[in-house]
Amino acid sequence: MKISFTINGEAKSVEVSDGNSPLLWAIRDGLDLKGTKFGCGKAACGACTIHVDGNAVRSCSFPAKLAEGKEITTIEGLSKDGKTHPVQQAWIDEVVPQCGYCQPGFIMATAAMLDKIPNPTDEDIDKNIINVCRCGTYYRMRKAIHRAAKMNGNTDVQ
Amino acid sequence: MAKKDKPKSKSRRKFLIRGGLGTLGVLALGTYVFRNPMRRMTLEMIETMVPPYSGTGTEANLWFEITTDNNLILHQPKVEMGQGTFTGLAQIVSDELDMNISQITVTAAETATGIVDGMSTGGSLSVAQLWTPLREMAATMREFIKIEGAKKMGVDASSLSTADGILSGGGKTMSYAEAIADLKEFNLPKTPELRPVKNYKNVGKPIPRIDLTPKVMGDPIFGMDVEMPDMLHATVIRPEHVGASLKSADTSNAEKMPGVVKIMKKDGWVGIIANSFAEALAAKNKVTVEWDIPKKWSDEDLKEYLKIGQGNKQITQKKGSALDEEGEGVINMEFRSPIGAHAQIEPNGAVAYVKDGKATIKLSTQVIGVTQKQVAEALGMDNEDVNVIGTYLGGGFGRRLNTAHAVKAAQMSIEVGKPVKYFFTRKEEFQNDLFRPPTHHIMRGKMNGDKLEALEHHYASGDVAMNSVIFPAAMGTILGSDVGASRGGSIMYGKIANRRSVQWHRTLPFATSWWRSLGLLANTFAIESFIDEMAINAGKNPVDFRLSMLGEEENQKRIRKVIEEAAAKGNYTDKATGNRAMGFAASIDANAPCAHVVEVSVDGNKVRVEKVTCVLDSGLIVNPDQVRAQCEGSIIMGISAALHEEMYLKDGRLFPINYGSYDMALMKHSPKEIDVHLVQGAENPLPVGEPPLGPIAAAIGNALKRITGKRLTELPMKV
Repeated sequence: MKISFTINGEAKSVEVSDGNSPLLWAIRDGLDLKGTKFGCGKAACGACTIHVDGNAVRSCSFPAKLAEGKEITTIEGLSKDGKTHPVQQAWIDEVVPQCGYCQPGFIMATAAMLDKIPNPTDEDIDKNIINVCRCGTYYRMRKAIHRAAKMNGNTDVQ
Repeated sequence: MAKKDKPKSKSRRKFLIRGGLGTLGVLALGTYVFRNPMRRMTLEMIETMVPPYSGTGTEANLWFEITTDNNLILHQPKVEMGQGTFTGLAQIVSDELDMNISQITVTAAETATGIVDGMSTGGSLSVAQLWTPLREMAATMREFIKIEGAKKMGVDASSLSTADGILSGGGKTMSYAEAIADLKEFNLPKTPELRPVKNYKNVGKPIPRIDLTPKVMGDPIFGMDVEMPDMLHATVIRPEHVGASLKSADTSNAEKMPGVVKIMKKDGWVGIIANSFAEALAAKNKVTVEWDIPKKWSDEDLKEYLKIGQGNKQITQKKGSALDEEGEGVINMEFRSPIGAHAQIEPNGAVAYVKDGKATIKLSTQVIGVTQKQVAEALGMDNEDVNVIGTYLGGGFGRRLNTAHAVKAAQMSIEVGKPVKYFFTRKEEFQNDLFRPPTHHIMRGKMNGDKLEALEHHYASGDVAMNSVIFPAAMGTILGSDVGASRGGSIMYGKIANRRSVQWHRTLPFATSWWRSLGLLANTFAIESFIDEMAINAGKNPVDFRLSMLGEEENQKRIRKVIEEAAAKGNYTDKATGNRAMGFAASIDANAPCAHVVEVSVDGNKVRVEKVTCVLDSGLIVNPDQVRAQCEGSIIMGISAALHEEMYLKDGRLFPINYGSYDMALMKHSPKEIDVHLVQGAENPLPVGEPPLGPIAAAIGNALKRITGKRLTELPMKV
C-alpha cells in the first residue's frame, strides 16, 4: 500500500507491502533518511525517535499506515532555514556524542520535551529522557539539555 | 598528490623495525615461558606495556593523501567507535605536518589501503600505540613535501617554513598539494627529529571531536546506514538455545511471503533475503525450525560449572607464601559477577557485494584484517580480493572483535548476485552476544596487627582472550592462563609481603569474550571490596590503609599519587551521613592507575550515585576533553554493571532479550556530578578507554557498606 505524509516539510509517498510494518523502515530504506536509527525494534531504546505531529514517537513500533496524512520530522529536518536547532547546537557545544549512534534519538526526544516543558528540571529530564546510550553520555546530555533550554530564551533555568 | 597507488619508498622507517615486536612478539620467548615464573613475568609484561604498532602500511605516503584542494585525508588502521581516536590522531598529525585540524579528514581503516592493524581497534591502545609512528610519519611527510616544494619553488628546502598546509620562504608560497602534484617517482626522506611535545599547538588541547557535526546532524556514517545500488535485505535464523544446532527448517510457507527473493540453507543456518528488511523479518516468522539442543543450561548448572576449583588452574601472581584457607586469623570472602551483555545500540551486521571474484564488505567492526581473512577463507578467495571497509561504529565495547557474520552477508550476496545488507535483531544480539563471562572470586587475607600480612585473590572466569579470533591459540598454551580474565586480577599493593592471585579458567557453553575492561571490572570489585572490609576490621581509614601498603617503586608512586589526589579532590570521608556515604576504590590497568571517590545515597531499595570524583594517570594526554569523556562513559557503564545489568539462563536460553528487561543505567541513574582530574605520570600516552571502569563497582559497594552496614558481594548489587 501507498502511504503519504509530510516529512521534514516535503510531501512524500512510500510503498509498503504491509501497512502494519514499522514506519522506521519506510523512512530509512523507503526514503533513504538514515538519521533515524534501528536499535531494538520494540520501542525499548529510543534510537528511532522521530516527531509525528510534534510528538516524540518510537518509529520502530509505529505502524506505517498510521503516518498517513501526518506531519513527520526526523533528525535531518530538525534544523530549519539553515539555522542549527538549539538542541543540536547545545549537543555540539557540550561535545556530547561518543559513538553517536543513539544521539539522533536523544536529540529528537529532547526537542519534543522542550516544546512541552521549555524549562525542564533535572527531574523532568529523568522522567522524559528515557532512551538508552551505551557510551554513557548522559552526564553531558543533561548539561546540553539545560543549555538548549537557555538558548530557547528561557533564561530562568536552574 | 601522494596517493596510495604511487610507488612505495624502499627506505624502512624506524618504527617498522620496532613494529616487528608487539604483543605477539612475546611468542619469541618460546619454551622458556612454559616455566611458571616466566609465565607470570610475561603476563605482567602484557598487562603493563603498550605493544608497538604491529600493522602493515608503514610508508608515510600511504597514510597522507593530500587532495588537490590542499586538504588531507588520513588513511589509518583504526576505527572510530566513540573513543575519540580520530580526533586524537588528527591532532597529532596537525602538529607534525603543519596542517590545520579543519583541513584533516580521517577515514576508517580499509584493507585496500594496505594499512591494516595487526590485531584490532581495542585494548584502549589506538592513540598510545600510534603516538610515535604517526608523529614520525607526519614529520617525514612534512620533510618530503618541503623537499619537493623547494625544487619547484627554486629555493633551498631548509629556508622553507610550513603552516596550514602552505610552504613559505624566499618571498614565495606554495600549497602542499602543488608541491607534490604530478610526482611520478619519489623517495621519502629520512625521518627528521620530532618536535618537542611542549611545542605542539593541538596536542594537549581539548579540540572538539572532528566527528561532532555528522553525529549530531544524523549523517549516514554507520555500518547500518550503508547503501549499495540494487541492494537486498536479509535476516538469518539463529538459535535461541545455548549450544543449539539446526536440525531441520521448513521454509515452504516463508517462500510465499511478499518480497521474498531467496531463502537459503547452508552449513546449519537459514538466510532469508527479501526486498526490504520488514519483509525478510515477516518471512522469517513463517519458517518452522527444529533444533538439536544437547543440554538445557540453567543458572544453577552454570554456577556449579564455573567456580573456583574447576577447570584450568594457573597462579598468575606469587609473592611470599600461600595462606591456609582454614588457618588461624584467615578471613575468606566470596564474590560473584554475572554474565554481561555488550548491548551496543547499533546491531551487528554487514553489507556485502561479491561480484566477478571480488568481495566488498562494509561494516562496523573492530577487526578489519581478521574479517578480511574470515571472508576470504570461507569464500575460497585470496585476501587481496576481499576489501573490508570500516564505517563508524555504533558502539564497540569489544563486541566487534569478532565479526564473522560478514561471511554470511557475503554468502548471501553470492546466492542472489546482488549486494545484501544483513544484521541481527535485538533478540539475536542478546542471545548470541559474545558475553562478558560470569566470574567467581574468593578473597583471602590475614592481618598482623593493623597491617595486611597476606592477601590472595582466587578467581574463576570463562574465556576472555582464549578462543578469540584476535588472540593466537598458542598464547593460551604458552601463558597457561587467560590474559583477558587476569586483567586487574593481581594485587597492586607492593608492601603486602604475601600476595597471590590464582586463575581458574573454563570455556563456557556459550561464547564469552572481550567486554570493555575485560576482567578488570569484576576482579577490582572483589579485591577492592575486600581491602575496604579489611580496613574496617583494622579500624583504619580506607585511604590511609591503602597508602600504607604501597611501596617506593615507580608504579607504586603513581598509584599513590592518584589515591592521594582522589581522596583530596573528592573530600573523602569514611563517615556516613544518614542515607548518604562515600566509597573509595582504586586499580591499575595497562599501567594507568585510577581512583574513584563516589557519593551514594539510598532511598528504600533505590541506590543513586550522586557524584563521582575520578583521578586517572594515563600518561601524556592528547585530548583532555575526550579523555574526560572516556572517564565519564566508563563510570556510567561501570555503574550500569555494578547496579543493574545481568543476563541469566533459563530453560537453556539466555535472557533478557531486549533493553528495558536488560536493566541498564539510564539518564536518571547517571551522576549529576562527575569530576575528572588527570595527572600525568608518564612521558607518553597510555590507555584511557578502560582503566576508569576498574574501581567503580567496588567504590559503590564500599559506600553502600557504610550506609547499610552490609557488604554486598554480588553484582549487580541490590540493597
